[in-house]
Amino acid sequence: MFTNRKTSFVMSSPYLAWALIFIIVPIGMVFYYGLTDTTGAFTFENIASIAQPEHSKALWLAIELALISTLICFLLAYPLALILARNKMSSDGILTTLIILPMWMNFLLRTLSWVTLLENRGVLNSILGALHLPQLYIINTPAAIVVGMVYDFLPFMILPLYNSLAKIDDAVINAAQDLGANKLQTLWHVILPLSLPGILSGVTMVFIPSLTTFAISTMMGGSKILLIGNVIEQEFTLTYNWHLGSGLSLVLMVFIVINMVVSMISDQGED
Amino acid sequence: MKKELIQLQHISKSFDGNMVLDDLNLTIHENSFVTLLGPSGCGKTTTLRIIGGFERPDEGKVIFDGQDITSLAPNKRQLNTVFQKYALFTHMDVAENIAFGLKIKNKPSNYIKDKIKYALKLVNLEGFEHRMPDSLSGGQQQRVAIARAIVNEPKVLLLDEPLGALDLKLRQDMQYELIRLKNELGITFIYVTHDQEEALTMSDHIVVMNQGYIQQEGSPEQIYNEPENAFVADFIGDSNILHATMVRDELVNILGTDFVCVDKGFGENNPVDVVIRPEDIELVPRGKGTLPGVVTNVIFKGVHYEMDVEAGGYEWLVHSTRLNEVGSEIDISVDPFNIQVMNKPESEDEKALSVEDA
Repeated sequence: MFTNRKTSFVMSSPYLAWALIFIIVPIGMVFYYGLTDTTGAFTFENIASIAQPEHSKALWLAIELALISTLICFLLAYPLALILARNKMSSDGILTTLIILPMWMNFLLRTLSWVTLLENRGVLNSILGALHLPQLYIINTPAAIVVGMVYDFLPFMILPLYNSLAKIDDAVINAAQDLGANKLQTLWHVILPLSLPGILSGVTMVFIPSLTTFAISTMMGGSKILLIGNVIEQEFTLTYNWHLGSGLSLVLMVFIVINMVVSMISDQGED
Repeated sequence: MKKELIQLQHISKSFDGNMVLDDLNLTIHENSFVTLLGPSGCGKTTTLRIIGGFERPDEGKVIFDGQDITSLAPNKRQLNTVFQKYALFTHMDVAENIAFGLKIKNKPSNYIKDKIKYALKLVNLEGFEHRMPDSLSGGQQQRVAIARAIVNEPKVLLLDEPLGALDLKLRQDMQYELIRLKNELGITFIYVTHDQEEALTMSDHIVVMNQGYIQQEGSPEQIYNEPENAFVADFIGDSNILHATMVRDELVNILGTDFVCVDKGFGENNPVDVVIRPEDIELVPRGKGTLPGVVTNVIFKGVHYEMDVEAGGYEWLVHSTRLNEVGSEIDISVDPFNIQVMNKPESEDEKALSVEDA
């Protein structure tokens, strides 16, 4: 139907225009601001400022917390996705809906409710106190930020894992058992490698927002713990230094690109 | 008689209240090629999966080499399966696929190497070690699946419609390959198919199933020449199945005309079913045969002509190498040996299995 080049260009032009205005131009602007100073002259100083101790510390902490929350998300999501996919429970859709349900609420609201739960005089500690158990002083620590990240981004890990696991034919798993593999060997040698594409997209979809977040760290960290996302946000909203903010964004982009390239290479290695 | 290797005793299985197998009893002998044959939903695949350990029967026992293996996990059974859609591991190359079972069993790498070579030679895929399954044709993938199963030296190879996805020519070639493999390996093959020609070509022993019951067991010749009921007659090849009356021993009345036959012991004036294969009907000049008829349709099939003959109020299917033009007025003649008389179904249960309901 749309084999004609001209027709296909006309049909796709709204999307091309959208991509140009809302994706290409903003990225171009980030590059422009990041590579210039206030006078408009070309400079690498904004990017080099990542070497400043407070910036590099924020970057490494962000990477560390993003890695930890990605790992926790994976460890929580994989067994759940496996159970959902292999038992074909999703056919009734209830469990899938339950997983997606939290996403219907604004994520700031969800994070805020965790603050209420974890506060030093919050819901969790009231319950622990009533049970005469030791109190948990976790709010405003990196651990609280990880809790927020895991809670907010867990569905993004479950869904791609579920999709790739559901695609594995029962006969392939039967074949592994038939050839003598026990459940653990089947998981390790067959199910895990066959679900690699899902693992890679799940990791990407959790790692990148965790790495760049500033809202979760602001709320759960009580503005005391700065991640690279918070530093960039402050450059734009507090000190109005768009050049420095853009420069640091470019550095962050490098890490995102590395993550995606690694995913793509691993994915192609499968073919 | 060969040694009994597998016994299914009083096996019943239902899925969601649907009875798939009902009190099934089956004995499989060592070193035989047994085919479970039947239409889809007859329970043949479920039977195979129970033998393989992928389904557990609701009732009954599976005896393997004298031992009860009913609740033994598939990975502990001395048999291997070739699955319908090959079920190769797409993330491994051909050699890794074949080595899978041996690596799980921690066999030495030299042994594994030799086995891969041997298996690939056996299935005519030498030099394919490092190809990925996705780059192979359906027939090649099927051969890899067979190689992957046989390197484990199973006592029994289970094959679940393994040729179903292949085209006709390849399917016929693979039939001969499977017979050759079975003879070279000297192990038992249990083969599931709905294709009666496949079953007749390859098997030593055919088990015809329908609606969870075994309809008839026997050699391909027995199944084809002496079907025990209308279902088997209809399912195995083309046939004319007629309501008839047994006048007395060796005489049956079909459509109001008496035919001489060789069957005895059906009583006198008893209703029976009669099956006559289309190639067993001779069309002879008017007055020379038993039942007068008219040719109403002719199709050339290559090896023979397929003719419809209207005679005695029934449309007979006739296969012959000699052409009788449409409109020819001829007589039908059947050799007494080629009239197969069968009991009518008696109970309601049996009736449910008759050809009308199938």
